[in-house]
Amino acid sequence: MSKMLQLPLRSRQQWASIALQAALVVVIGGLAYGAFINAADNLAKAHIASGFRFWDNTAGFDISQTLIGYSPSTSTFGRAFWVGLLNTLLVASLGIVLATALGFTIGIARLSRNWLVARLAGGYVELIRNVPLLLQILFWYNAVLKSLPDLHSSISISGGAFLNNRGLFLPRPEFADKFDYVAAALVFGIVATLAVRIWARRRQERTGQPPRTLSFAFGLIVVLPLLVFFAAGAPLSFSFPEVGRFNIRGGTEILPEFAALLVALTIYTAAFIAEVVRAGILAVSQGQTEAAQALGLRSGSTLRLVVVPQAMRVIVPPLTSQYLNLIKNSSLAVAIGYPDLVQVFAGSVLNITGQAVEVIAITMAVYLFLSLVTSLLMNLYGRTVGIVER
Amino acid sequence: MVAADRIYLREAPAKLLPAPVASTGVVGWVRANLFSSPGNIALTIICAALIVWIVPPLLRFFFFDAVWSGADREACLPSAQNPEPGACWAFIRAWSSYFTYGFYPLGERWRVDLFFFLLAFGIAWLAWLGAPRRDIGAIYFFIVLPILSYVLLSGVPIIGLPDVPTSLWGGILVTIVVATVGIVASLPLGILLALGRRSEMPAVRLFSVTFIEFVRGVPLITVLFMASVMLPLFVPDRLAPDKLVRALIGVALFASAYMAEVVRGGLLSIPRGQYEAAQALALPYWRMMALVILPQALRVTLPNIVNTFIGLFKDTTLVFIVGIFDFLRTIEAARGDPHWATPITSVTGYAFAAVFYFVCCYGMSRYSRNVEARLARAHRR
Repeated sequence: MSKMLQLPLRSRQQWASIALQAALVVVIGGLAYGAFINAADNLAKAHIASGFRFWDNTAGFDISQTLIGYSPSTSTFGRAFWVGLLNTLLVASLGIVLATALGFTIGIARLSRNWLVARLAGGYVELIRNVPLLLQILFWYNAVLKSLPDLHSSISISGGAFLNNRGLFLPRPEFADKFDYVAAALVFGIVATLAVRIWARRRQERTGQPPRTLSFAFGLIVVLPLLVFFAAGAPLSFSFPEVGRFNIRGGTEILPEFAALLVALTIYTAAFIAEVVRAGILAVSQGQTEAAQALGLRSGSTLRLVVVPQAMRVIVPPLTSQYLNLIKNSSLAVAIGYPDLVQVFAGSVLNITGQAVEVIAITMAVYLFLSLVTSLLMNLYGRTVGIVER
Repeated sequence: MVAADRIYLREAPAKLLPAPVASTGVVGWVRANLFSSPGNIALTIICAALIVWIVPPLLRFFFFDAVWSGADREACLPSAQNPEPGACWAFIRAWSSYFTYGFYPLGERWRVDLFFFLLAFGIAWLAWLGAPRRDIGAIYFFIVLPILSYVLLSGVPIIGLPDVPTSLWGGILVTIVVATVGIVASLPLGILLALGRRSEMPAVRLFSVTFIEFVRGVPLITVLFMASVMLPLFVPDRLAPDKLVRALIGVALFASAYMAEVVRGGLLSIPRGQYEAAQALALPYWRMMALVILPQALRVTLPNIVNTFIGLFKDTTLVFIVGIFDFLRTIEAARGDPHWATPITSVTGYAFAAVFYFVCCYGMSRYSRNVEARLARAHRR
């Protein structure tokens, strides 16, 4: 009975919904088709090739920072793509590590019982969050790093480093063959320290004796590799930078573009992470802190063992979106000419080949992929810090 | 014994003594908040040292040693009476009209001023929660104002307003135009996308989800590149939009994806009973949304909407990269002027820009916090 009554009403709605969806599909399809026709027409008029054949053509332009071998005369556009991608990954991963450290420090400082510390941290967050990142990048690059002295009056830093408006020039370590032993000793030290820590924690669970592994760790990670280092005859030398007439030879260089981008990204994202951390810690109920104090934990231990582990559950999802923002914001490199993916690929390669559609599509796909991988990793991590239900 | 019949009994309560000086008033506050433990004392001293180290030089640079007036770079160079000159505010004064209007023709600048006034009026109407007839305010802001602004700024020769091509627009005008277009376009588009994402029609849902997730996964700069280099390819030559319009399209699409997620958050916070009650009253879908659900959802999520606007306002600086003369770009252009080239010109320019953005963004964030507090109070009742 009720079915018969409902039938006409429902099917009218269904028809309306089908019509609406069909209209949407037709409109979007029409737009896409029109765009395709026009693009083909415009590209043909401008004599621009299409497809991905440009990938294997010689690039012919230079890139100022290359983590993998690259030469302007022989390397391909594909190689340039990888160089740009690696530069993006370098600045993004370093930025994530530094911004996390700074952000956690400032977020905890904002909740400090010390009035001055809390105020300073609050001022930092308000100031940094309300000024555009691009402005901060330009400030660090043009107003700070580019106003350093020029090549001939380079600031000489003890230890053989030089600082001028072309960058920071550091001694480059050069490893002899025997350095492998030192590296092996270091790896052994780290593994052994982890083993000792696990053992100490088990013992603590069994007997209640607190772990005292600091001196073990120091001996295994610092002293042992040092002994091996000298036993192997100090197989390490440095190539020191030297100021020449037109440039600096030797050593390794940190570009001012890289430094400015990294500093600005770190400082900017840290302000947002600080807010995320603060909200996370405030979400842990006061009773947890009081219970920990009642058990006699010091305030440092309370924070480390009781509050932060619980806060992490709340912190991880918004922290992930901050990491994603940092990765996406690293594309602002193009404003100061740091050779990241956008500057190299969506800039130089696009200008030379003119194949805007392909190049922009690849660039966007890469960022989508990076976002996806980061979210995936953070979700996995989120699962490890998530609450374990009994 | 005499002492046995003596009874000591207090007849009046003991006089109240003030709390120890060390735990009340300024001294007590200082002890509790700054010097409660050795670690705290160390922190306080470090912070105080930091403040003493940073603040006086900043004050000296920006105020006491700053150069407030002058005709050219000579004024901002070290001189006998000012051996270490601070910020070169004279430079900002000399370029201030360029920072505000770009190359907008001198005789037509009243149109820009009028636009600023109309915009401020609309914002005040919408932002003041107790204002009368805010529904008319919304119509004014989202329909009347865009048309009026277009007529004013771009010009309609027939009614006596000469054309001003967008290549002459610049400075704060462009920043405000980009931000306003972003806001005016992203809110309705964002609402549509959010509704589409929760729709029961698979094609609509698929389109909305794809659009939102795609745009949120890529940097704004690639969206702007796409708008500025790919859009001209997609339309016939004669329809190719000008540079500013292309950037506006990019910004509007980008902002609407973020706005959609914010609105969706608001929609999720509305209890199911509200939908069911509206359906029980036989309200069709759009009337249910317009009269019952959206008013509540938007009110709850207003602080988040304002926060999205703050992000959008900061992101307007990125149009700089696709070659549009927004406020930051005018600063960049002016600081390269050889007439004013001094070691401190750049710092002064950036400081001025930072103050401008900070005032706008901080104002918006204070507003959003006020609204939040108000909502929390209304909720408690």
